[in-house]
Amino acid sequence: MTGAALVTLTDAGVRFGRVQALRGINLRLHRGERLALVGANGSGKTSLLRLLHGLQACSSGTAVYGTGGAGPAPAPVAAMVFQHPFLLHLSVRSNVLLALWLRGVPRAQRAARCDEALRRVGLQDLAQRAARALSGGQQQRLSLARAWALRPDVLYLDEPTASLDPSAKREVEALIDSIAAEGVTVVMSTHNLGQAKRLATRVLYLEGGRLVVDLPVDRFFNDALPTEAAQFLKGELPWR
Amino acid sequence: MTDSFGLALSLVWHADAALLQVVALSLRVSGLACLMGALLGLWLGTWLAVARFPGQAVVVWLLNTLLALPSVVVGLLVYLLLSRAGPLGSLGILFTPTAMVIAQSVLVVPLMAALTRRLVLDALEDGGDQLRSLGASPMQTGALLLVHERLGVLTIVLTAFGRAIAEVGAVMIVGGNIDGVTRVMTTSIALETSKGDLPLALALGLLLLGVVALVNLLIAAMQGRTALRGAAWA
Repeated sequence: MTGAALVTLTDAGVRFGRVQALRGINLRLHRGERLALVGANGSGKTSLLRLLHGLQACSSGTAVYGTGGAGPAPAPVAAMVFQHPFLLHLSVRSNVLLALWLRGVPRAQRAARCDEALRRVGLQDLAQRAARALSGGQQQRLSLARAWALRPDVLYLDEPTASLDPSAKREVEALIDSIAAEGVTVVMSTHNLGQAKRLATRVLYLEGGRLVVDLPVDRFFNDALPTEAAQFLKGELPWR
Repeated sequence: MTDSFGLALSLVWHADAALLQVVALSLRVSGLACLMGALLGLWLGTWLAVARFPGQAVVVWLLNTLLALPSVVVGLLVYLLLSRAGPLGSLGILFTPTAMVIAQSVLVVPLMAALTRRLVLDALEDGGDQLRSLGASPMQTGALLLVHERLGVLTIVLTAFGRAIAEVGAVMIVGGNIDGVTRVMTTSIALETSKGDLPLALALGLLLLGVVALVNLLIAAMQGRTALRGAAWA
């Protein structure tokens, strides 16, 4: 993929005390891509998401946000959806409005953008309800609405459907797909290889904090992979 | 003890004017002290939870040490500040309710700050990263978590109120226990005990307990209403 890179990681590493969570990561994230990060627990998926988002600083190497081929560009607007969304003990609407306020969206635009986002995820009728009283699937949809209302260039998703039932999982997947179809760059970590196949255009396999495989989705599932990645895939897809 | 119960009930039943004045002054002084203490204590606790600066561990250690600060020491320090020869002596507020409010505020600030810091630290584990990812600055994150944990904040304020209204040393030193001016429930109890009027002292003690119990009941009712409202939405 060519064109402007939204984020560029060069030999990037992240260390938490004695634990080396990421090491030697080289990655360019391009506009419009759909990346799936796969790997076992503790492989560094969440750390890589946090590093790409800017929530986590590099311990070594560099992370550059918003450089294009033609020179410096503004850092991309990024939003993140977490596996367990943290919603304040406020109404559904207030949670979205608050995110808009935190991002400095002018007051005159907040109400319209909030209503649009809630409509988008089908929560407009529950706008006055307590956010914490929603079901798990609804809370995740609210979390998506809150992120989407910020009109991000990049949406990071950390196992967004991991704790949802199949029906809620399908709803959230459909929303992610439609958001990505609008041109929002999506980076998601997942244990679900089927989900990676359905939603991603590029798959990154991590192991022990290293980026072992970085391939377009069709090649990831069809080409011969390095041993550790092949074993992981075999474990996840026993019919192969 | 039975005499004391009877006397306490009789004092309340007859709405003794002097007693009401003492109770009202106790509530006013401790209430204002909590309000002033909350302004500083909540801010300080939140800041210590979200900020990172050199020497932070020392400040936290000092704050935790101040939790054990005896009220008479606070009274003495405020007395030295407000006495005629002290740096704030020109204000002329020693032996007034204002001095008592200041002393009790100083007493409750470390308690409120330490409890607030713990409350915010716990909440940060749940939602700190997510609020930061939405663009919140450290202090915005802390303030939002206080709003989120508002029932916890209410409990902190109540705990501080309990500490303030039950203390005797500081208000005795800076208030002087002047009848009709700075006499509060705890100083009255101390005075009656020293005079040997134990039934009256015990009766006042029971009343003090009753006032705190009533405030607790109000807070519990507010918490219950909030919980019920949440359940009704579910």
